[in-house]
Amino acid sequence: MLTKLLKCVGKYKLPAVLSPIFISLEVVMEIFIPLLMAKIIDVGIKGSGGISYIIKVGGLMVLMSMLSLIFGVLSGKYASIASTGFAKNVRKKMFDKIQDFSFANVDRFSTASLVTRLTTDITFVQHAFMMVIRMMVRSPVMLISATVMAFSINSKLARVFLVAIPVLACALITVSIKAFPLFRQMFTKYDNMNSAVQESLVAIRVVKAYDRGEYEDEKFAKAASDVMDAQRRAERILIMNMPIMQIVMYACIITVLWLGGNLIAVGGMDTGELISFISYITQILMSLMGLSMCFVSIIMSRASIVRICEVLDEDVDIKNNVEGKTSVENGEIVFDKVSFSYSKDKAKLALRDISFTIGSGETIGIIGGTGSGKTSLVQLIPRLYDVTEGNIYVGGTDVRDYDLEALRSSVAMVLQNNVLFSGTIAENLRWGYENATEEELEAACRSAAAHDFITAFPDGYETFLGQGGVNLSGGQKQRVCIARALLKKPKIIILDDSTSAVDTATDKKIRDAFRSELSNTTKIIIAQRISSISDADRIIVLDDGAVNAIGTHDELLASNEIYREVYESQQKVVE
Amino acid sequence: MANEKTMPKGPGGPRGMRGVAKPKNAGKTIARLLGYMRGQRHLLVFVFIGILCSSLAGVAGTYFLKPIINSIEEGLSTGSFDVAAFVMKLVLMGCIYAVGAAGAYLYSRIMLNISTETMRKIRVDTFTKLQSLPIKYFDTHTHGETMSRFTNDTDTLREMLSQGIPQMFSSSVTIIGVFAFMCILSPLLTMLIIVMVVVITLVVKKIGGQSSKYFKRQQQAIGAVNGYIEEMIEGQKVVKVFCHEEEAKEKFTRINDELFEAASNANTFASVLGPITNNFSYINYALTASIGAGLAVAGVMDIGTVASFLQFTRSFFQPITQISQQFNSIINALAGAERIFELIDEESEPDNGVVTLVYAMKHEDGTLFEASERTGVWAWKYPQPDGSVTYTEVCGDVRFENVVFGYTEEKTVLRGISLYAKPGQKIAFVGSTGAGKTTITNLINRFYDVPDGKITYDGININNIKKSDLRRSLGMVLQDTHLFTGTVAENIRYGKLDATDEEVVRAAKLANAHSFISHLPDGYDTVLTSDGVNLSQGQRQLLSIARAAVADPPVLILDEATSSIDTRTEALIEKGMDTLMEGRTVFVIAHRLSTVRNSHAIMVLEKGEIIERGTHDDLLKQQGKYYQLYTGMFELE
Repeated sequence: MLTKLLKCVGKYKLPAVLSPIFISLEVVMEIFIPLLMAKIIDVGIKGSGGISYIIKVGGLMVLMSMLSLIFGVLSGKYASIASTGFAKNVRKKMFDKIQDFSFANVDRFSTASLVTRLTTDITFVQHAFMMVIRMMVRSPVMLISATVMAFSINSKLARVFLVAIPVLACALITVSIKAFPLFRQMFTKYDNMNSAVQESLVAIRVVKAYDRGEYEDEKFAKAASDVMDAQRRAERILIMNMPIMQIVMYACIITVLWLGGNLIAVGGMDTGELISFISYITQILMSLMGLSMCFVSIIMSRASIVRICEVLDEDVDIKNNVEGKTSVENGEIVFDKVSFSYSKDKAKLALRDISFTIGSGETIGIIGGTGSGKTSLVQLIPRLYDVTEGNIYVGGTDVRDYDLEALRSSVAMVLQNNVLFSGTIAENLRWGYENATEEELEAACRSAAAHDFITAFPDGYETFLGQGGVNLSGGQKQRVCIARALLKKPKIIILDDSTSAVDTATDKKIRDAFRSELSNTTKIIIAQRISSISDADRIIVLDDGAVNAIGTHDELLASNEIYREVYESQQKVVE
Repeated sequence: MANEKTMPKGPGGPRGMRGVAKPKNAGKTIARLLGYMRGQRHLLVFVFIGILCSSLAGVAGTYFLKPIINSIEEGLSTGSFDVAAFVMKLVLMGCIYAVGAAGAYLYSRIMLNISTETMRKIRVDTFTKLQSLPIKYFDTHTHGETMSRFTNDTDTLREMLSQGIPQMFSSSVTIIGVFAFMCILSPLLTMLIIVMVVVITLVVKKIGGQSSKYFKRQQQAIGAVNGYIEEMIEGQKVVKVFCHEEEAKEKFTRINDELFEAASNANTFASVLGPITNNFSYINYALTASIGAGLAVAGVMDIGTVASFLQFTRSFFQPITQISQQFNSIINALAGAERIFELIDEESEPDNGVVTLVYAMKHEDGTLFEASERTGVWAWKYPQPDGSVTYTEVCGDVRFENVVFGYTEEKTVLRGISLYAKPGQKIAFVGSTGAGKTTITNLINRFYDVPDGKITYDGININNIKKSDLRRSLGMVLQDTHLFTGTVAENIRYGKLDATDEEVVRAAKLANAHSFISHLPDGYDTVLTSDGVNLSQGQRQLLSIARAAVADPPVLILDEATSSIDTRTEALIEKGMDTLMEGRTVFVIAHRLSTVRNSHAIMVLEKGEIIERGTHDDLLKQQGKYYQLYTGMFELE
């Protein structure tokens, strides 16, 4: 899991390696400083060195700390280049991967969760990475070299560490292990509390309408207490870190002073060495502490790493057939015993055993109740999902034998949840055909009955749309989306309930334009409104995932009960 | 000495870069925070004592190096090592350290309790306030904005309470203590430290000034990247349908690279700060060692002083670094606290109503008296000036008299609406978006108050009815269904908290929801998550109808309640809806005209005025707007 993520370091390998190197050099400099200090005291003051020795070694110390400064700054610089570069690559890789997702993949993760993974989780991982290449290097290097130093000064005295380090390490590990699950619990409680807020915020009108303010208050108060309790339980353990650390360190200092004092008294050690030894105690134990903190935060970012890897490891279940056909002959569609399930679970079929043939250029209406499988059915045509069983042929070739891009650019689909992107109307339209001329844009918009309202805007086609096309009405949005699809000059166009917000007169205008200008294009129209499909060549009635009937308006009205029911429920009483 | 503690951050952890906003009135905010700790003030005393003990013990412990080293030195020079005195000094040092460690544990433990309890109180206050705010507040504040009061702002505040403030205090104590001891040990070397501190401050200031530019740029880049991610992921399916993946990737590469440029610069500044202060303290250490040694050779200073002073120089810079790190986050947290308090200080929905809703029973002579349980009869309880009460039966007679209303002062939405709904009548509103349909219903339940004209309910001005009682007497089914996390049964029960299982099932059957609920894996106990995503829009709407059914209110408001149900299913629940509406006054807003056909009166709204009214047949005969709408000549949007 980690190796895959680490590959994302990519071209930032050099800074990612330089940073730990520089930080190690910084540590080495830091380590030598107390040793030189000991020399100053033992040789300079107490020995025969005198002032000149002190100046010489003192100068060396200043030089070393300067070097240490430079190394530290360089390491910081490279660490931030490496970690932000790493984050950049992970972000890019995830984004690209999501672009390759099929609809089924997108469904599996919710939109919101994908966004969180791409933003918050990556920030977490970036921090963790920074931590790893700096603290995780700094602390062990410091620990080891300071221990080596301590042993080289006085190996007898340094034996203190043989006790202190394992004791402290064990204590810190125990604390972390105990705290970790408690922190996890705390995060869960915390999420619960936040979703309670979110929920009552979104549903505030319902809360108020039912006068449930107090009920919500109680619910929240409980959630808040849960958070408090969980937090106390978790942190109560974590705050043990400090006193444990202090006790071990202070015990070390006192022991070293006692043993060292006695050694000095018998001439086994110099005073300066003792003083520098105490500096090493601090360095060693602090680095151990730092190490434990690193582990805690890495463990905490583990959830983020897992979430990121889930996206990267997701199997894209619709694979492009690279050797597939690159052109679609015509708009003929054949469904041959097609069954489909979103979950690939044959017990939960959304479509069951569907067979029919649509001739190229035909206009087909599809009607059926909520959940009858209309949308599922049409989404199979441009291979947004793969069938579970059976075959679908477009232009005489199985959809799986096409190059995906070729198939999809021949099948234009106007989705139920229309999305326009921030940018001008023209830019949005050009999604359909990048190099469309002004004339082509206008022609498409005329067919979609959008030209008039677009030119009525002061900026016409250059009108800027906010995210999601917020400044258009529902009906206008739908018409722009239809125009966008038309620009693809498709062999097949599918409207998935795409004129629901358009008035019936305009709806008819669009259909008329379709008939006259898209005579060779197969048109599939899903609608709630009978009037939108009654003039289709044939109408497919879907019920509970199966084809209930196929026929013209008149045939169905005469013979199909469902169709008649729908028709009657919408029947006008126009005298 | 060992205060270099940065606990793993709370939930949320590193949250990108938060903008630094300055609190407007830090003093007032702090005072208010202290107010929240009122019940625990005596504990705060212990916290202070704990911090004092721990910081001063660290300082004193370091100082003790001097007599200890000196006694060793003395032993060396005199040849007689006074072991007893030496041990005494070590024991004393041990005691000081022990007090310090105990103090540190004590204060962090107490502070944990104080901070969590304070946060709980603040959260509950904020939430309670939120629930009592008028709808207008929610119109003018985005969810994200309000959510961040609960997430970002409380998180930073919590960090400040549990770590920032104690650390700030302990660092200050340490600095003062260390400085005092250093002055005692050697005023000359202390001067050197002061010079160093000035140099560091200048360097940090210079870097800080430069970095703010980069941080701003980074902030913008993050905004651009996050915005693009959101837009593309939300439109992912459209991207696929148009084979636009490559273009999306290309653009992302560009803005992602820009973010990297800005972020790596900003982070570089942030991450070199630590090494700079740290290593400056080493430079200082080196200079101190040399000069101290020189002084020792000259006989002006003893070795113990040098040793302990050297330790001090290390422990002097740490708290300074800490304070400079904490300072920004404390400023940030105070600004967050201010925003939280701003929310708490928002004005609650005013409610001067005195008339309340009670269960009632009828005497034989037809007069009403209050009942303690649900009886099927409701009454308005009217307190009279003389202290007595009168009861009026709740019938559901709603009248608008020349109501004028606008959400903002500049824009009038309703212009002189007058209408009546007699008990049991079904009144429908049709018209385009923005015509004022929903506004009318929002006024009935007093989501907004009427500035001009009046609305009466059973002859009582609704301004005199207690808001919660008014709303309890109105059932609402909205277009946006909003279900809550919990089981299906719990969601239906939201309409009437003490509803029995039978009542829940009956309501579900009425709304035609029973059959699909029975098909759910756990039936009525199926847990719905995050706004009921595992149900279709139509099913959610059926549940919200069931929710209204179980509440059994005298007046019902259906705002596009069946918009997401296809006409066939709607036909199926029509019977249920009819039963639900029977005997109640009902206000219906519908997009689909087939749903309003059988109303007693249909009001056609345009630009805040009722332009046509009458029954379906009347209106068709008039051949006006309704006729045009009905025959599909006009676009309803």
